[in-house]
Amino acid sequence: MQKVFQRPKSMSDVELHYCPGCTHGIVHRLVAEVIDELNIEGKTIGVAPVGCAVFAYNYFECDMQEAAHGRAPAVATGIKRVNPDNIVFTYQGDGDLASIGTAETVHAAARGENITVIFINNAIYGMTGGQMAPTSLIGQITTTSPYGRTSEIQGYPIKVCEMLSTLDGVAYIERVSVDTVKNINIAKKAIKKAFETQIQKKGFSLVEVLSTCPTNWGMSPIEALEWLRQNMIPNYPLGVFKDKE
Amino acid sequence: MSEKQLMKGNEAIAEAAINAGCRCFFGYPITPQNEIPEYMAKRMPKVGGVFLQAESEVAAINMVYGAAGAGARVMTSSSSPGISLKQEGISYIAGADLPCVIVNMVRGGPGLGGIQAAQSDYFQAVKGGGHGDYRLVVFAPSSVQEAVDLVQEAFDVADMYRMPVMILGDGMIGQMMEPVEIKPYVGRKLPEKDWATTGTGGKRKKNVINSLYIEPDVLEKLVFDRYEKYKKIEETETKYEMTDCEDADIVIAAYGTTARIVKTAMKTARAQGYKVGLIRPITLWPFPKKPFQKAAKTAKAFLTVEMSTGQMVEDVKLSVNGEKPVYFYGRTGGVVPTPAAIVEQIKKISGGEY
Repeated sequence: MQKVFQRPKSMSDVELHYCPGCTHGIVHRLVAEVIDELNIEGKTIGVAPVGCAVFAYNYFECDMQEAAHGRAPAVATGIKRVNPDNIVFTYQGDGDLASIGTAETVHAAARGENITVIFINNAIYGMTGGQMAPTSLIGQITTTSPYGRTSEIQGYPIKVCEMLSTLDGVAYIERVSVDTVKNINIAKKAIKKAFETQIQKKGFSLVEVLSTCPTNWGMSPIEALEWLRQNMIPNYPLGVFKDKE
Repeated sequence: MSEKQLMKGNEAIAEAAINAGCRCFFGYPITPQNEIPEYMAKRMPKVGGVFLQAESEVAAINMVYGAAGAGARVMTSSSSPGISLKQEGISYIAGADLPCVIVNMVRGGPGLGGIQAAQSDYFQAVKGGGHGDYRLVVFAPSSVQEAVDLVQEAFDVADMYRMPVMILGDGMIGQMMEPVEIKPYVGRKLPEKDWATTGTGGKRKKNVINSLYIEPDVLEKLVFDRYEKYKKIEETETKYEMTDCEDADIVIAAYGTTARIVKTAMKTARAQGYKVGLIRPITLWPFPKKPFQKAAKTAKAFLTVEMSTGQMVEDVKLSVNGEKPVYFYGRTGGVVPTPAAIVEQIKKISGGEY
């Protein structure tokens, strides 16, 4: 019998811990499929963050390092500088990348560090139970913005792609979403392009993936996808922000 | 490079690291250790190594984590306020069982403090520094030559036991020039780094560098196993120098540059008929308890001299364990104790003034 669907080789044969309806699983799969297709699993080293994806080292079937909160780009820099022929990627959430790790993110990008960053933006802290993220939207209710985020009190959300695309060291940046099959296919192409950018030694590459957190948004998975479309995409427009030739 | 030459402490330490096979350095500028990253910036490209000035001490130590996890001999250096910033990473490095060497050229504190030599980071270096149950092996050189020799030893100890090792110097060790010989590196027989994340090459199971263990029983076992390793290090890696303790009434405890000042004071005191000896811990952890226990049988009193308000003195007291009185004399904030002031203390203790 012909096998028409299977687990990517670069994903470990274990159960994911993510909540029902969470889009982390989709993105994990896309990254693993890309690693398989590029046939780089034997030389790839992933760096897991602190946040919901903290156990990513259990899920990717390649060498992995677990970084301190926000420090994944610095850890990845250390790995890449030791063995520049390795393919090194980080997988980070919005709190990890755009709050506590802002300096590490910006400077890895500015150095043109030849690594690939997969950035999951779901506008909330998931692992710790729904606190405000640097990417939470104005008006968004979280456990630490219970009256809704306001520009006067909590300031504005950070637009990572727009910010980083101003840096000369950045080779490729794209924002994608995983809310529809069409967008999932676009997301996979972007992730593949990001890894290819690294393989071609062009410099820093990052893909921001707009994602859902049904549990902490207090929605069903279907409602969450709709909320992403209605609220996140208008604030975080999809598309390529930089593609250095 | 095996003949004697005049070198500044910081530069000699950097060259010794390269001589020991260190090919990876991540740092951030802070006085009084800037000559280390500056020297590395010049030398590393010439030997095919990596030098990178990080955006912060926090980033630098996490680059060390990544590089150590990838199997490199890697070093970072800083001074007190910068070492405070590195503590998060040091805890993770200890928790992930990674080898590296960290140099702290201590300056006066707390806070921004000053830029002159001090020994006020003893607690931070020896009693933890970062969060969690872990230890660093801490070497305290008292001359540029000893710093050079201990840097090479530090890399071997780090690799042998898979743990971070600290060279605890001070502004004086870093800044002074002394004749040194950087001997050809003869390393210990060390285990293969088969745990490093270098890519599986499709030939082995994946390697994971990690310090997260959610199950309490699993984490406890790992921490206990690490403490078994620490016990072995206490038995085999403790270093100290004992001078003139056989007939000493007063045994002085001092480390690093302070121990050299004490030696000058001892000559004066001995010439005036005071029988004084010195125990100089070379490893601050593991702390050399045995020479203190031995000396406690014959000496009448102990005097600890530090460039702090009294930190190592606690370990001296724990070692002497109440058998004899332990006195303390310290200057801090970048002020260096003078030989005359130490002789004064010896006289006071001998005269029963305390």
